[in-house]
Amino acid sequence: MASISLHGACKRFGAVTAVDIPQLEVADGEFFVLLGPSGAGKTTTLRLVAGLETPDAGRVLMNGRDVTAEPPAQRDCAFVFQQYSLYPHLTVFDNIAFPLRSPMRRLDEAEIRRRVARVAEVLHIESKLLSKATALSGGEMQRVAIGRALVRQPSVFLMDEPLSSLDAKLREELRVELKRLQRESGATVLYVTHDQVEATTLADRIAILEHGCIQQVGTPLAIYDDPQSLPVAQRLGSPAINVLPAEWFQGSGPAHATHVAIRPEDVVVGAGDGPSHFDVIECSLVKHMVVAERGGIEVRARTLLDQALAPGSPVRLAFPPQHCLFFDRSGQRLAT
Amino acid sequence: MAAIQIHQLQKRFADFTAVKNSTLHLEDGKFVVLLGPSGCGKTTTLRMIAGLEFPTAGQILLDGEDVTYRRPRERDIAMVFQLFALYPHMGVRENLEFPLRNEGVPRAEIDRRVREVAAILRIEHLLGSRIGGLAGGDRQRVALGRAIVRNPKAFLMDEPLGTLDAEFRELMCVELRKLHERLRTTTVFVTHDQNEAMALADHIVVMNKGEILQADNPLGIYNFPSCVFVARFIGRPPMNLLPVDGAVLAGMDRVQVGGAAVPVPMLQAQAGRALLGVRPEHVRLVAPEVGLRAAVTHVEYFGSHWIAELRSAAGTLKAVVDKAARPREGDEVGLAFETQRVVMFDADSELLLASTATATHRPRMLHG
Repeated sequence: MASISLHGACKRFGAVTAVDIPQLEVADGEFFVLLGPSGAGKTTTLRLVAGLETPDAGRVLMNGRDVTAEPPAQRDCAFVFQQYSLYPHLTVFDNIAFPLRSPMRRLDEAEIRRRVARVAEVLHIESKLLSKATALSGGEMQRVAIGRALVRQPSVFLMDEPLSSLDAKLREELRVELKRLQRESGATVLYVTHDQVEATTLADRIAILEHGCIQQVGTPLAIYDDPQSLPVAQRLGSPAINVLPAEWFQGSGPAHATHVAIRPEDVVVGAGDGPSHFDVIECSLVKHMVVAERGGIEVRARTLLDQALAPGSPVRLAFPPQHCLFFDRSGQRLAT
Repeated sequence: MAAIQIHQLQKRFADFTAVKNSTLHLEDGKFVVLLGPSGCGKTTTLRMIAGLEFPTAGQILLDGEDVTYRRPRERDIAMVFQLFALYPHMGVRENLEFPLRNEGVPRAEIDRRVREVAAILRIEHLLGSRIGGLAGGDRQRVALGRAIVRNPKAFLMDEPLGTLDAEFRELMCVELRKLHERLRTTTVFVTHDQNEAMALADHIVVMNKGEILQADNPLGIYNFPSCVFVARFIGRPPMNLLPVDGAVLAGMDRVQVGGAAVPVPMLQAQAGRALLGVRPEHVRLVAPEVGLRAAVTHVEYFGSHWIAELRSAAGTLKAVVDKAARPREGDEVGLAFETQRVVMFDADSELLLASTATATHRPRMLHG
């Protein structure tokens, strides 16, 4: 088990600064998620930790030890990629056992069998151990890939979108399993994703990355409830947070607010005061969603309704002040 | 524009029956989704409508005309395989023209149709561009354009979004639905993905093992699943199903579940053994001394809400919990269900039991 620190880590590719992280601390045993859109620098950050990239400036520490100059093999990290890269000619057993048979480790066969059996049990692939890797479904292959990482019992797991090539149902199953595994083993996990559901359900803490910079670090609850900037507010939440003009909120909130954001589940449909007249655009009883419009600005409300509202019909929406977040022109959160 | 009727349609491959006696009436101008797990017969049904397979028995009518054994080209139906497949070495205009040139459409007519399609999809400004330089969303619109430029009577689509990543798939769903609202061309769309089905469909046909289990609008499928299979297949997380203690009779408006009395919409049918169905969003956590007692065994945080896994005397179930509630593992709670949203199934036949709630709903599609 290990902690990870980045100090002043900077990585450029030509004129592009891929990553610029003054400080990042991942605690021992923490499930830490890097969340951001593609091109935000998530994977580069992960590769810096793994030693697959060398920073142009700054240091990478594991357990307080400077490993910046060490090659990947000496860092005791196991990497799980989005595309499970198994050896197609080997059985599941041999795929999982592969890292244990490397010249660096060379464990005896009895120990290998014991470890593989344990990992297979944890991942529910005991019955597949003798199958060829190519005979597996996508979900099983990714389980084997995770198994191959687990079996080494590394100090740190680095995972780069390990679930994104799977279909929704498998993603959900493996997500729950991953979280359970990490909890039980107490492993440190640094996990990269662009999927906010994976971030909020898996993470102990999340770092939001944009353009190579960390925007905010915190627990899923803290980031969701208390975003410090508009991009962070928009990164979590499905459907996305409503961003409304400050003119709708005259007299409430800070004077220099330009935008007011409110989560769809906090918008109250059909009751209260406030700017009340909206036209319904869409109403889905299945998705529990009302989309309404006023002056060309759409508002989404998440609510359980008994009856569908007809498109075009008027609806009253209220924005309770305790749920309103105020932002200035540059997108910075304003205190209220 | 076309109405499609399939009547007593059956398809056997050797001793395997892929489609069993399906009867279905697809209304003109509707977006119909055939939904089911792999092997359920949805693709075979679609291929028979397209003329790519001939049925073993039964009939297919296109606007009342029997086309059962006509070849695909004689049906004026466009089969769309994968929406993202574009020719990267050609320009946008050439990609759009391609299906028409293939059919020998006159030059002036090609120009007119490409202009029209480009206007519908708002990609006129891209006609001179190369495919390689396009942003993802524009690419998808061009792909859609190529599918609609032939202007067929109906579109048949077989998992056209299957190979796209999640983000594009959602974007593409929105584009497809918008396009359908403008064109109103009858569309039959095959998928195993319920999110796609819910986002796109006017009507959904749920299939399993070659049989049509339910054909209805999304709300009907969601609120009143015709059987246990549909109840489990639709919804994420799926509907909770709890065994009822003892038999149920017509006229009952409360049943025993895990030793607790649970109010339900008044039953209009009976069953020796029954299951109570309730969606996770219609389960409320209340004080432990009220309703069905349960313990929280696992929680997942989604921002706008939590999903709590619960263990009760009647089995495990899931609940969507308000974000402010902050449920914790180990919490002892009571469970209350939104009474009007509760449905009941016969545990032996696995079919929906009629109640005052199900009586309020009329299925939107004819099937047999």
